[in-house]
Amino acid sequence: MQCLRQIRCVTKLRAAAPTSRLLKVTNLLRSVSTLQQKKQEMADNKPWVLISEIGDKGFHEDVVDIINQHFHIVCLKEFLQNPALHGPKIQGMFMWNFSPAAEPSLLSCLPSLKVIANGGVGIDHLDVPYINSFGVKVTNTPGVVSDATADMAMALLLASARTVIEGHLISVDSKTTHVPQSLMGVEVTGSTLGIIGMGHIGYKVAQRSKGFNMRILYHNRNRRSVEDEQAVGASYCEKLDDLLKESDFVVVVVNLTPDTTGLISHRELSLMKPTGTLVNVSRGLVVDQDALVKALMSGTIRAAALDVTHPEPLPRDHPLLTLPNVLITPHIGTNTRGTIRKMVQMMVDNVLAAVKGLAVPNEVKAK
Amino acid sequence: MFLNVFLSQQEMADNKPWVLISEIGDKGFHEDVVDIINQHFHIVCLKEFLQNPALHGPKIQGMFMWNFSPAAEPSLLSCLPSLKVIANGGVGIDHLDVPYINSFGVKVTNTPGVVSDATADMAMALLLASARTVIEGHLISVDSKTTHVPQSLMGVEVTGSTLGIIGMGHIGYKVAQRSKGFNMRILYHNRNRRSVEDEQAVGASYCEKLDDLLKESDFVVVVVNLTPDTTGLISHRELSLMKPTGTLVNVSRGLVVDQDALVKALMSGTIRAAALDVTHPEPLPRDHPLLTLPNVLITPHIGTNTRGTIRKMVQMMVDNVLAAVKGLAVPNEVKAK
Repeated sequence: MQCLRQIRCVTKLRAAAPTSRLLKVTNLLRSVSTLQQKKQEMADNKPWVLISEIGDKGFHEDVVDIINQHFHIVCLKEFLQNPALHGPKIQGMFMWNFSPAAEPSLLSCLPSLKVIANGGVGIDHLDVPYINSFGVKVTNTPGVVSDATADMAMALLLASARTVIEGHLISVDSKTTHVPQSLMGVEVTGSTLGIIGMGHIGYKVAQRSKGFNMRILYHNRNRRSVEDEQAVGASYCEKLDDLLKESDFVVVVVNLTPDTTGLISHRELSLMKPTGTLVNVSRGLVVDQDALVKALMSGTIRAAALDVTHPEPLPRDHPLLTLPNVLITPHIGTNTRGTIRKMVQMMVDNVLAAVKGLAVPNEVKAK
Repeated sequence: MFLNVFLSQQEMADNKPWVLISEIGDKGFHEDVVDIINQHFHIVCLKEFLQNPALHGPKIQGMFMWNFSPAAEPSLLSCLPSLKVIANGGVGIDHLDVPYINSFGVKVTNTPGVVSDATADMAMALLLASARTVIEGHLISVDSKTTHVPQSLMGVEVTGSTLGIIGMGHIGYKVAQRSKGFNMRILYHNRNRRSVEDEQAVGASYCEKLDDLLKESDFVVVVVNLTPDTTGLISHRELSLMKPTGTLVNVSRGLVVDQDALVKALMSGTIRAAALDVTHPEPLPRDHPLLTLPNVLITPHIGTNTRGTIRKMVQMMVDNVLAAVKGLAVPNEVKAK
């Protein structure tokens, strides 16, 4: 960024008064500034990293300072204009919203790459063994995403149960003449919540639901300790089917793996109550979307609230977009200023450790 | 004529008292709950009643008021010489002149307690939807023109934030109980301080001065009755004391908040956002500025709109009217102060 400013500055000087003496001076200035810049970079000794972009499709500009503090940043667009220029220097890649994609064509331009730091805890989109084969580590951001994601699950559950979207749209509609008594929701207090996936985030969902006097069931690969269960009043369902049959709200909070792909399909949806609501904050592929559409249209379940779909965003003609009993948010489960800053800070720490050859805190190892 | 005689015999055999309601359907009682009233009463709807007040008027002993209708006006009350009770659906009775109604020899009842869970749930739903940009997110997700996931859609943290509850009655306390699970720091302001046990159970701290609560809260939730003291409680001054990142949530009555002051505060960034289940009037005029501000969430007074809660409310209204009709002690009578 400094370099750009200097070049602009020199260019302005140049444009101002093009006499031969001034030209010599500007040329001299330019050499000096380039030398200064190189000295700056060597003095800075800040490693170089690649990111997708700053702005609406990439890193929020509010958080770039965290990265800038420790690294020189190259954006993907600029990088691709001349991969040979910065490629050899880049030691780390910050992946946000699955971008830049870790494809062979890109990785082969980055001979010094030591680490790909993912923003977020899910790494189903990354072929870890493949990336490792390039001598590159993969890191994620566990823990810091849990509160915000659990909050989002509760926000979706409550908004769906209490018809917040429909209510708001009626309230602000220019054609509305009276308060509709027919806008009816379902009770949250005292209802039964079924949590599929009781990891970090799932457990926090349980903690939040307890305050609503919800009866909490959970299904997990491994059962939690008795203390954990008692602290939130959660009962273990060894069989997923039992959880599905008894729950008023089913919240899906699992990693995407081969085992969980299509976990919720026709059969599972048909086991749910017709008054039941499905909430998904995992990955779109955990739910069979065609099965979900059918279940929603036929009244097999009451409603669904999804922060994740496959793909993201959905094609504009997808049936989920027009069903009245679906709430969809655009994968904003961690979109709070505080949480995003924590995620980026963790990514910075991950990359710094890898660059320095230290133990990498949040490395994702191939299984 | 034969049918009329037959019906009258049936009615006399039933001995079910007669009650007046506004209507069944979208502006009145949900048809799902009418069976609860039918079990004990003959129902006359307002429209039918007004066609011939003299026909049923003398028989009507109870009036079920839902969504402020039928209105307890002198013109109506004077047609109901046998009226013993007006049973309101809901706990707030600011719309009823209780001493005036009592002067007709008519009691007033409401439905406290049964509305508390659903209303507290609604307050949390509004708080979370506003904080996490659920409406904006949904509209972007389903918009035919959306091409990518917008990273700029940014909300505010709920976990670990500070919640200020204004009005720590039945409903306010339940809001505190729900917020505790989110690790929120809970402040409250109330006419009377709660017991130490109550405070400790939810981790709530008393703010004797409302100003202190306003200055420190990330979310201000208003859960008071509407009285002369609370009318316009939240106005320019109160809003300016709030954080610019603060959110106002109102599940009380529209008149507790000075709406003009709120519009100004939202437009100027004095506060971040507002989420309202109540306005004044309801619904707002279609050209009201609140309807087009991007940082306002409004729901149409649906704080108790769940099947379970509405059935409980109607059952309570039935119990209230039955007691009054039978001359027994009326469980939820609202006495004039």
